[in-house]
Amino acid sequence: MLMVIARRLMQALLTVAVVVTLVFLLFSVIPGSFVTSLVGEKRDIDPRVMARIEEQLHLNDPLPERFGRYVADLARGDLGSSFSTRRPVIDMLESRIVASFRLACAAILFAVAIGLPLGFIAAARPGSWIDMAAMMGAVSGLSVPGFWFGLLAMYFFSLQLGWLPTFGYGQGGLRHLVLPALTLGIGPMALLARTTRAAVLEVRGADFIRTARSKGMSETRIVTRHLARNAFVLVLTTIGLQFGSMLGGSVVIESLFAWPGVGSLLIQSVSLRDIPAVQGCILVIVLFFLLINTLVDIAYMLIDPRIRYR
Amino acid sequence: MTLLKTSAGCLRSARLLLAATAISVLTQFSPVMAQDPIPGGTLHLPAPYSSALKSLDPHITYESQDMAVSKAFHRALYTWNSAENRPTLDLATAVETSADGKTFTYKLRDNAYFHNGRKMTADDLIWSYTRIMDPQKGYPGSPMISEIVGAEDYAAGKATSISGLKKIDDFTLEITFKNYLEPGTLLFEAVTAILPKEEADKPEFLSHPVGLGPFRFVEHVEGSRVVGEKFDKYYKPGQPYADRVEFTITDEYSTLDVAFRAGELDATVLSGGAYAAYKADPDLSKGLIEVPELFTRHMGMNVQKAPFDDVRVRQAINYAVDRDIIIRKLLKDKAFKATGWLPMTSVAFDKDRAPYAYDPEKAKQLLKEAGYGNGFEFEAMVTDGESTLGVLQAMTPFLAAVGITAKPKVVESGVLLDAINAGEAMAWFRSNGTGPDPVGALRCFDSRVSRSACNRSGYADPKFDAMIDAASSDPDPKRRIELAKEADGYIFEQAPVWFHNYNKAVVATQPWVHGVDSNVTEAAILEVDQIWLDENAPGRQ
Repeated sequence: MLMVIARRLMQALLTVAVVVTLVFLLFSVIPGSFVTSLVGEKRDIDPRVMARIEEQLHLNDPLPERFGRYVADLARGDLGSSFSTRRPVIDMLESRIVASFRLACAAILFAVAIGLPLGFIAAARPGSWIDMAAMMGAVSGLSVPGFWFGLLAMYFFSLQLGWLPTFGYGQGGLRHLVLPALTLGIGPMALLARTTRAAVLEVRGADFIRTARSKGMSETRIVTRHLARNAFVLVLTTIGLQFGSMLGGSVVIESLFAWPGVGSLLIQSVSLRDIPAVQGCILVIVLFFLLINTLVDIAYMLIDPRIRYR
Repeated sequence: MTLLKTSAGCLRSARLLLAATAISVLTQFSPVMAQDPIPGGTLHLPAPYSSALKSLDPHITYESQDMAVSKAFHRALYTWNSAENRPTLDLATAVETSADGKTFTYKLRDNAYFHNGRKMTADDLIWSYTRIMDPQKGYPGSPMISEIVGAEDYAAGKATSISGLKKIDDFTLEITFKNYLEPGTLLFEAVTAILPKEEADKPEFLSHPVGLGPFRFVEHVEGSRVVGEKFDKYYKPGQPYADRVEFTITDEYSTLDVAFRAGELDATVLSGGAYAAYKADPDLSKGLIEVPELFTRHMGMNVQKAPFDDVRVRQAINYAVDRDIIIRKLLKDKAFKATGWLPMTSVAFDKDRAPYAYDPEKAKQLLKEAGYGNGFEFEAMVTDGESTLGVLQAMTPFLAAVGITAKPKVVESGVLLDAINAGEAMAWFRSNGTGPDPVGALRCFDSRVSRSACNRSGYADPKFDAMIDAASSDPDPKRRIELAKEADGYIFEQAPVWFHNYNKAVVATQPWVHGVDSNVTEAAILEVDQIWLDENAPGRQ
């Protein structure tokens, strides 16, 4: 286990180094700059002001010098200061990470709580109307655009029924979390339902299941002791991938619900060419993804003792 | 006896009738009686142009959204008076103008306190304006302050202070400007707000602002909301009326629409599609405030590249396109047709000037005279949006009818600006702020102003430069306005841009909200100290 963690740590460091370098180089070559992004549609910025900003932020320094400075700061745990807000990137990310994590956890919990049982039920009666209804629901969940679903949810639960607030973070309470989590989780829920169904059907046909039945084991015991555990190994990868991508992949949902997450900060920073903020966001997203992947690998080993990593 | 009973009955009936009449009269007049502001409640307002604020330090950011929020926490020497459509004194009670018209002596309020309890003095104005001119920082308000004598010397390191700022006593400040101008047009926005030195110098000021505004800062959930609570020592007695203000930060118009309809927002800014829907709704239409903003939407043309170097070609484009149908059908009437660079709410707007008529035959004739009888092709750089790419697509058939082919190139806004500033773009779509100072707005065609500063067309005309110089050097304010009007008329004829429209911002307000003003400089920047909620407001529950 320790070897797994150590190996993953090395891989994480290498991944982060490559990603950080690529992002830095990319933003150095793409058109547009931070100072031109300051010019709004309605208001011009004086060129003298723009020149001062460029000087203050060292935007005209040679690329190797800027990169060296960034890496040195990163080694000290300093992610630099945002070009636009002038605040430390770490401070900006602090509250955003919490908000994104809460949203991602709520969404994946919803996805697992609904998707897994739905998949099991569908697999228990393959070809039946229950199976067809479950899979139709799953396909709809996968096909429906998140933005549209979110607006629909707002319309029904907030405007018509008045049960839930339309948008915002509130005090971080459950009421504000429900709609964004539902919207973010609907796609993964549908995917999990399909994946679970396929995994359960595959395991159901295995020899050891037939053996267990022929030994007279109860169906409940077969499902809980043998079928579920073996099927879950196959589903775990999907859960891990979906959860890992939620932190940075929830931009649309965050914008729709004014949810102060890392995704919306990333998109805004990209359009502003706010390089320190972009790199801070990407760093967080990459680290989160790697962490989830590591946890999934460890979970494999716990669920299925046969799985060992060389 | 019967007569007595009848008389008593009549008297009773008369009393009942009198009472009913009194009640009826009182009811009819009750809206007037209920117009007195009721203190209390929480204002729920949007910060509707981005998914996050750039900064809570008002000197750092020139974003409309940030300035809308800053209005709650900060104040400048002047404020925009929407009722009078001009800037008026806010942190001063009186001003005297010198005989030469360039020095202004302000009698400052002696009852203005910062949120940390300290009283504002003339030193704070001097410190704030000096901070804005800091040569190490790129504060967007520096062009405004650079109009003060000595400001540029200070920024260049040639002086240790701004000589044009002179403290007479704690509550008297003298400001001397380099040119003849209306100081209010320079000193009303949040980028020139007056800040306390002892707070603004701290790093936490970026996340915990302290100012002179009607609300004291409470919290900022980044990317979600900003909250303020009533400041009891605000210099306007009895104001603000509301106890709290909450700004929700989002640029999703569909979300703002649903939230407004659900009663979660007291006011909101409408998109074009929502405007049409709200106008058609008998209830929602009652709370609409239409604001002709000081912004001019246009298609810029690079006048240093053929064929746009020929004024006849530029005029032809203005004659070739039917603006009315584009504004009506595409923009859903959420715009006013442009009749020049200066918009209809500008002090120098010429209301007698007719716009370019829709006249394709005239356009063809002009093109023929210019040697383009067979038409020509050009590339227009646009961002993806209804008022940019959408308008270009709507223009295309009109241009095609006179032989002009417009090819769109969709790019990101930063890329667009780089191309314009480098002089590479042939044509582009943008909106420009065109006020409140008309001469400042017209400098966008001054040959001495660079493309990156505003003169994106690269327009260079000594005659126009002379007109601008005359307008800015005349000591008589009324004459300056007349000269600006003439300069605008000249630019209209020269047509360095396709004059499209003046933006119509629309603010929707709930029936329980009162005191919302229509700010032509930016509709989303509301005077939050005068807004109040009646007893029906959810914000009071």
